[in-house]
Amino acid sequence: MSSNVIGIGARPLRKEDRRFLTGRGNYVADIKRPDMVVGVFVRSPHAHAVIKSIDADAALAMPGVLKVVTGEDLKAAGIGGLPCGWGITGKDGLPMKEPPHPALAQGKVRHVGDPVAFVVAETTEQARSAAETIVVAYQALPAVVGVLDAIKADAPLLFDDVPNNLCCDWALGDRAATDAAFRKAAHVARISLVNNRLVGNPMEPRAAIAEYNSATDHYTLWSTSQFPHVVRLLMGAFVLNIPQQKLRVVAPDVGGGFGVKQFHYAEEAVLTWTAAKVGRPIKWVCERSEGFVSDAQGRDHVTEAELALDEHGKFLGLRVNTIANIGGYISTFGPNIPTNLYGPLLAGVYLTPAIYCEVKVVFTNTVPVDAYRGAGRPEATFVLERLVDVAAGELGIDRAEIRRRNMIPKEAYPYQTPVMVEYDSGDPKGCLEKALAIADWAGFPKRKAASASHGKLRGIGLSTYVEACGLAPSRIAGRLGARGGLYESATVRVHPTGQITVLIGTHNHGQGHETTYAQIVCEKLGVPFENIDIVYGDTDKVQFGMGTYGSRSLVVGGAALSKASDKVILKGKKIAAHLLESSEQDIEFEAGEFKVAGTDRKKAFADIALAAYVPHDYPLEVLEPGLEEQAYYDPVNFTYPGGAHIAEVEIDPETCIVSLLNYAAVDDVGTVINPMIVEGQLHGGIVQGIGQALFENCIYDDVSGQLLSGSFMDYCMPRADNLPRMTVATHSTPCTHTPMGVKGCGEVGTIGSPAAVANAVVDALAHLGVNHVDMPATANRLWRIIKSSSLQQAAE
Amino acid sequence: MNVSFVLNGKQVSVDVEPATLLCDLLRETLRLTGTHVGCDTSQCGACVVHVDDSSVKSCTLLAVSVDGTRVTTVEGLGKPDSLHPMQLAFHENHGLQCGFCTPGMLMSSIEFARCHPNPTEADIRHWLEGNLCRCTGYQNIVNSVLRGTAAMHAQGGV
Repeated sequence: MSSNVIGIGARPLRKEDRRFLTGRGNYVADIKRPDMVVGVFVRSPHAHAVIKSIDADAALAMPGVLKVVTGEDLKAAGIGGLPCGWGITGKDGLPMKEPPHPALAQGKVRHVGDPVAFVVAETTEQARSAAETIVVAYQALPAVVGVLDAIKADAPLLFDDVPNNLCCDWALGDRAATDAAFRKAAHVARISLVNNRLVGNPMEPRAAIAEYNSATDHYTLWSTSQFPHVVRLLMGAFVLNIPQQKLRVVAPDVGGGFGVKQFHYAEEAVLTWTAAKVGRPIKWVCERSEGFVSDAQGRDHVTEAELALDEHGKFLGLRVNTIANIGGYISTFGPNIPTNLYGPLLAGVYLTPAIYCEVKVVFTNTVPVDAYRGAGRPEATFVLERLVDVAAGELGIDRAEIRRRNMIPKEAYPYQTPVMVEYDSGDPKGCLEKALAIADWAGFPKRKAASASHGKLRGIGLSTYVEACGLAPSRIAGRLGARGGLYESATVRVHPTGQITVLIGTHNHGQGHETTYAQIVCEKLGVPFENIDIVYGDTDKVQFGMGTYGSRSLVVGGAALSKASDKVILKGKKIAAHLLESSEQDIEFEAGEFKVAGTDRKKAFADIALAAYVPHDYPLEVLEPGLEEQAYYDPVNFTYPGGAHIAEVEIDPETCIVSLLNYAAVDDVGTVINPMIVEGQLHGGIVQGIGQALFENCIYDDVSGQLLSGSFMDYCMPRADNLPRMTVATHSTPCTHTPMGVKGCGEVGTIGSPAAVANAVVDALAHLGVNHVDMPATANRLWRIIKSSSLQQAAE
Repeated sequence: MNVSFVLNGKQVSVDVEPATLLCDLLRETLRLTGTHVGCDTSQCGACVVHVDDSSVKSCTLLAVSVDGTRVTTVEGLGKPDSLHPMQLAFHENHGLQCGFCTPGMLMSSIEFARCHPNPTEADIRHWLEGNLCRCTGYQNIVNSVLRGTAAMHAQGGV
C-alpha cells in the first residue's frame, strides 16, 4: 500500500487550487479561437411589447459586421424553442401550460432583457456599435410583474392561450385530512409572507464560444455550463437538430454556478446556429448588467400558511397556499422548483400528520425564474420555520422547546411524511441540541441585556430544516414529471502503469471534485492520491452525465465512481487469479494489493494494471485485456440532509441597521469525505442565505416592469465586512441507501439560514408586537416597522 | 497610442486604442487571462492588479494611464511550484472555490499585508469590502489573509 493514500475523512488540500492561484485557469472568456469573431445580443428595453419590425440595414452596412440574426430568421430556419426538462401536472389532472420559448423573441417580448437580435462583427466595439443602430419598432403593452397582480381578472396576458397567466395550479397532500386537523385544533397560527426574488450572480458571468467545422460538419460549443451533456442533448436534439456525434459541448473551468448555469440558455443555441452561417468561431461574453436581465433568477413566492396545534403545542396540520413567479417563459427546470422541490419539504423535521399545499405557478413580465442554490427548499423552510416561531410566540412556548416537542425522533427513521417523501435517516434533535450548545442559547438573555444597556435591540433566531437532494431517483423524478433520467456515470480508466484517470459526468465549478473524487478512488483502490486525475466537462471525453446541481455530485456521481471502482476490483481479481494461479474466489483485495487468501502470494495494483494491458499470457477466452470500468448509478431515493442553524443579531434602533453578530450551524450531511471542503460549502451556502435575509432583493418597477436592481450598485451582495465569523459543525447520520452514506452538502447552508436570520430579526423586535419581517431586513424596512409599531403603541 | 510599462518584471511596449481599458489590454492583447472581469460597475474586484504596488481595479483604468509604471498581475506572483506566501496561504486555508475572484483577492490581500503587519480580522474584512466572492462566505479568505500576512512578514517578502 502506498503511503500517500488519502481516503474518506481526510482533509487534503485541493488539487485544483494551483491553476487558479496562479492565473492559469481556463474559463470560457479566456479562450481565443483562430479567426474568432464577437457576438452581441440586442435585448428588449420593454417588459411587454409587440415587435412591429426590426430594421438592421444600417447595422449590416457598418464596418466589420458579418451577420444579424432575428427571431424571424430562426423561425424561417425551423429552429425550435428552448425545451423544458420538467413538466408538471395541475390538481385538475391537466398538464401545465407550456407556451413556446423562442431563442430570439418572435412577435412579442415578455421581459426586459428578452433577446431580440444577435449581431456578429469582427470586434467587440464593432458589434456593440452595430447593435446600437438596429431599430426595433415596439408597440408597448401593459406589463405585470407581481404574482398577485398577474392572476387578477383584468391582468395583461403574456400568452393569448394562457388564461390568468396561470402556468399550473398544483397541489400536494391530503386536503380532507388537513381540514379535519384544523377543525380539532386548539390554536391556529397564521402567517403571510413573501420570499424575495434573488439573482444568483456567480462571479464569472456567463459566456459561450461556438465553432463549426464545415469539413467534418462538426460543431463545438464552449459554455459556462453546469451540465454540458444535457446542453448537448437539449440543444442538439430539441432546438437545432444537430446529431449528437456532431456536437461537442465543453464546459471548462467555470466560475461558480449556484444553479444559474444549469439551464440550456437561448444564447448557446443562437451562437451555435450562427457560427455555422458565419463560418467563423463566435464568442459572446455576458456583461454583468446583461446577466441581471438574462440569467434565470430565483425564489419569488407570495405565501399564506396556517399551522394547527393542540393545547400542548403539538402540530396537527399545516396548510400552505403559495403563488410562485415563473417569469416570462418556462426555463429548463422552472416549473419543478416551486412545486416538487417545495411542497414535499413542508413536513420539515416534524411529525405534522396532515399537510396540504397548493401552488399557483404564474407567468409575469420578468426574467424566467428557475433553480437557485436551494431551489424550493429554502422557500419551504422559510414558511415552516417562520410559522413555528409565530406559533411559539402566540402559545408562549420556548422556540426550541416547541420544536423538540414536534421533532421526528431519531428512532422513527425511516420516516414517511404526509407529503410524499420518505426520510431514510436523520437526528434532528441531535443537531438542534448541538447547535443550541454552540450558540450558547441559554446565555442569550444576558447578552440581550448587555445590548440593551447600550441601547441596542438584540435577537436570536433558530431554524431547523431538512432538504431532499442528490437529484434524483429517476423512477420518482419520472413520476413527478421529469422528462429525463437523473442518474450519473463514471469511468475509472486504469493506465498500464497503474495511474488512474476518472471520467465523470458531473461538473466541478468550485466544489472541489478533483480532490474529493480522488479521495474516493484512493480509499477504494489504494492508489496514491497524486496518481489520480479527474476529467469532466467535455462531451467528447466523458461518456454521458447529467451534471452538477441539486447537491447531486457526490451523492450520485460519487456513488457511480464508487461502483465503477468496485468493478475495477472485480476485474482485477480475475487477472490476479490468473497471474497467481489461484481461483478468483480466493483472491482478496486490500490496501491496493490482490492476495491469495491465507497465503503470502500477492500482486500490487500496478502489476495487475500492467498485466491487463500486456496480455502475453492471458486467458483471452475468459478475460478481455484492459482495465477500464464504467458504472451508472441511479439512487433509489432522495437524500435528506438536515440540521439546525442559529443566528444572533443586533439592531440599532437609531439607524435600524441589522448587525449579524453570531452564526452557528450544525448540519447532518451524512458521511463526510473531505471536512475542509464541506466546511467551505457550508460557509458559502450560509452566506448566500444571509444575503437573502439581510441584503439581496431583485426588484422590478410595478408599472413599467423595469429591473430596478440591475447591477452590483443596486443589488446588494454580501461583502466580507457584513459578516461575522461562523461556527459550522456536522452531526452526521449516514444515508442508508447511498454507497458511502453521503447525503450532499452544496445547498444546506442556503436552506437553513434565511429563516434563522429572519427569526432573529423578529425576536429583536418582538417587544414591539412584531411577529414577521419580510426579507431582506434592510434598514429602510425595519425603520418603517419600528416607526409604525411605536406609533401604534403610542395610540394604544 | 503607444503605452510602455514594466509588466511582471518585463518591459512591454504596445499600441492601443485610447479607449482601451487596462483589463482588456492585459487579457485580450497581452493574453494574461488571470485578471478577470466580473462586473461592469467597478464593484466586484476580480480585475484587481498592482500599479506601482497599489492595488487598482483594472476595469476602471485606461490602458494608456499605466505608461511608465510597473504593473503586476496574478501571473507575476509565484509559479505553480513556487507559490507566493499569500497564494500558499489561500491554498492551505481553502481560501478559494471556483477561483474566479481569486486573482483579485490575492492582489488586494498582498497590498493589504504590506500596509498592515499586524492586522485584525476586522481590518481584513474592511479592506476586502471591494472584492466580491460568491463561493466562500469570506471566512476562509479572511483566514488565508491572516496567515498570508504573517508569512509575508516572517519571510521579509513584503
